[in-house]
Amino acid sequence: MDAAEHIAHAMPTPAATPRRVWTLRISIIVVVLAAWEGLAASGWLFRDVVPSLTTIGRAVGHVLTSADFYRNLGVTLYEIGVGLLIGGSAGIVIGIVLGANRFLAQAYEALLYYLGPTPKIIFFPVMIMWFGVGSGSKIAMGVLSCFFPIVISTAGGMREIDKVLIRVGQSFRASWWQMATKIYLPAMRQPIMNGVRLGLGVAIIGTLLAETKLSNRGIGYLIIQAYATFDMPRMYALLIVLFVLAIGANAVIGRLGAGRMDNPR
Amino acid sequence: MSYPPPGRPKAGAPLGGGRRRRLRGSYKARATSRSGARVVGALTVLAAIGIVELLIRIGVINRFIVPLPSQIAAALPRIIVEEHVLQRFGQTFLEVAWASLLLVVIGIPLGMLLYRYRLVRLATESWVGALAAAPIVLMYPLFLVIFGRSTTTIVMIGFAAGLAPVILKTLEGLAGTRQVLLNVGRSFKLTTAQQFRMILLPAALPTMFVGVRLGLIFAMINIVGVEFLINFGGLGQLINELAERYDMPGTYGAICFVVVTSIVFFDVTERVERWMRPST
Repeated sequence: MDAAEHIAHAMPTPAATPRRVWTLRISIIVVVLAAWEGLAASGWLFRDVVPSLTTIGRAVGHVLTSADFYRNLGVTLYEIGVGLLIGGSAGIVIGIVLGANRFLAQAYEALLYYLGPTPKIIFFPVMIMWFGVGSGSKIAMGVLSCFFPIVISTAGGMREIDKVLIRVGQSFRASWWQMATKIYLPAMRQPIMNGVRLGLGVAIIGTLLAETKLSNRGIGYLIIQAYATFDMPRMYALLIVLFVLAIGANAVIGRLGAGRMDNPR
Repeated sequence: MSYPPPGRPKAGAPLGGGRRRRLRGSYKARATSRSGARVVGALTVLAAIGIVELLIRIGVINRFIVPLPSQIAAALPRIIVEEHVLQRFGQTFLEVAWASLLLVVIGIPLGMLLYRYRLVRLATESWVGALAAAPIVLMYPLFLVIFGRSTTTIVMIGFAAGLAPVILKTLEGLAGTRQVLLNVGRSFKLTTAQQFRMILLPAALPTMFVGVRLGLIFAMINIVGVEFLINFGGLGQLINELAERYDMPGTYGAICFVVVTSIVFFDVTERVERWMRPST
C-alpha cells in the first residue's frame, strides 16, 4: 500500500455497512468460542482450568437460578449502594464547596487529586479495625473508593459552569435554592454523572475485593469460595454474571448522563 | 477606560510599561495567593495529625485501633530496615516495569491495528471500551488458578487492567492526526513507513503517552492491590503481613509509604506527560 492509499484510509471514508461490522463481530465471537472449546478438549491445560462452553453455560444457569446467589447479590448491592450514597453525597458536597471557592480548591484539591489514584484496597486492614469484619468495612471501602472521582469531577464541573447562566440567575434575583436547582445542578449534571459512573466502577471493585479478602457473604465471597473449592465452572459463571452486571450498570449511568445532555430543556 | 482581564492582553496591543507592571503585579498576586493556599493545605494536614495525636492521648480514640501518629513516624525507620522495604519496593517496581513493557509491546500495536483496519475498529472499539469499564482485578482468583501464586499472576493482572486505556488512547492519537500533516506527507510522496515514522507517530505520541500513563497507573494500583490480596510480592504483601501481625504502627507506616510512593509515581508520570505535550 502506498502513501496515497494510506492517507485515503486515514481520511473519512464511507462508513462500513453495519452488516459487515456485525458479520465481523459474529465471526470474532465464533472463532474465540471455537478456540476456547478446542483448548478445553485438547487436554493441554489442567482439567477444569478451561471448562467446556456447555459446562460454563450450565454453571451460569445454575448460578442464575440459585436463591443463594441472589441473597449474596443483595448483600453486595446493599454494600455498594450505601457506599456510593455516602461517598457520592460527600463527594458532591465537598466538590461543590471546592468548585465554588478558588482558595479552598488551591489549598485542598491537590491532596484529593494525588490521593485519588492510590490503591484503596491497602486501607482495608484499617477499615476492618475501624468498622469490623461485617458489612461496615466493605461499605467503608466503597465510600473510600468512590469519593475521589466524584469530588474531583464535581469540583471541575462547578468551575466550568457558564458564567452567563449564573449572571442570568442573578439578574432574575433568584434565591439561593433557585440558583442551586435551576442553574448549578442542571449545568453540572454531566460532570456529576461522569463522576458517579467512575465512582460506581471503583466502588464495585473496592467492595468486591474486600469481600474476597475477608467476608462470609457477598459475590466476592462466592468467587473466592469457588476458587477455594476449585469449582472452576462456577467461578467462570460468577465472573461472567458480575462483568455483565458491572458493564451494564456503567453503560446505564453513562447513557443517563449523555441522554440528559442530548435533550436539554 | 476599561482593561482586559488580567493575564489576557488584547491581541496585537503593545504592552506599555504601565500595563506590563500591572500584569506582572497580577501574576505575582495570583502566585502569592496560590502558595498561601498550599501552605494552608499543608498546615491543615499537620493540624489534623496533631488533633488525632491529642485525641488518642486523652483517650477519645482507642490507641489499639488507631496508633499515635508519633508512633507511626517512629515505626517508619524500623519497617524500612527490618521489613526490607527497599527490596520490596524494588520487587513491586519490577512487576510494574514488566506490566508496562507488556502494555507498550502489546497495547500500542493493538491500537495501531484498530487504526489501520477501519472495519476491525468499528467492530471492536466498543468492546475495548467495555473492557475499560470491567472490574478485571476481580479475576485474580482465575489468574491464580492459571499462573499460580506467583509474580506472573501479579504482572498479568496489572497488564490486563492497563490494556484498554493504552489501546484506546493509541487509536485516539493516530485518528486525531491533523489532516494537513497527512496532506504534507502525501505531497512529499512519503511511503507508508515514512508516513508513519515521520508524521503519524510524532503527532500521536503525546496522546499515546497519556494512554501509557493511564495504563501504568491502573497497573500499579492493581499490582499493589493483588500483592495485598494474595499475600505475595512487594509492598502490598508488606501491609498484609504487618496487619496480620497486628503491628498497627507498622501497618499505618507501610500504608503511608505506599501512598507516598504512588503519589510520587503519579506526579512523575504527569510531569513526563506535560513535558511531551506540545505547548499550544
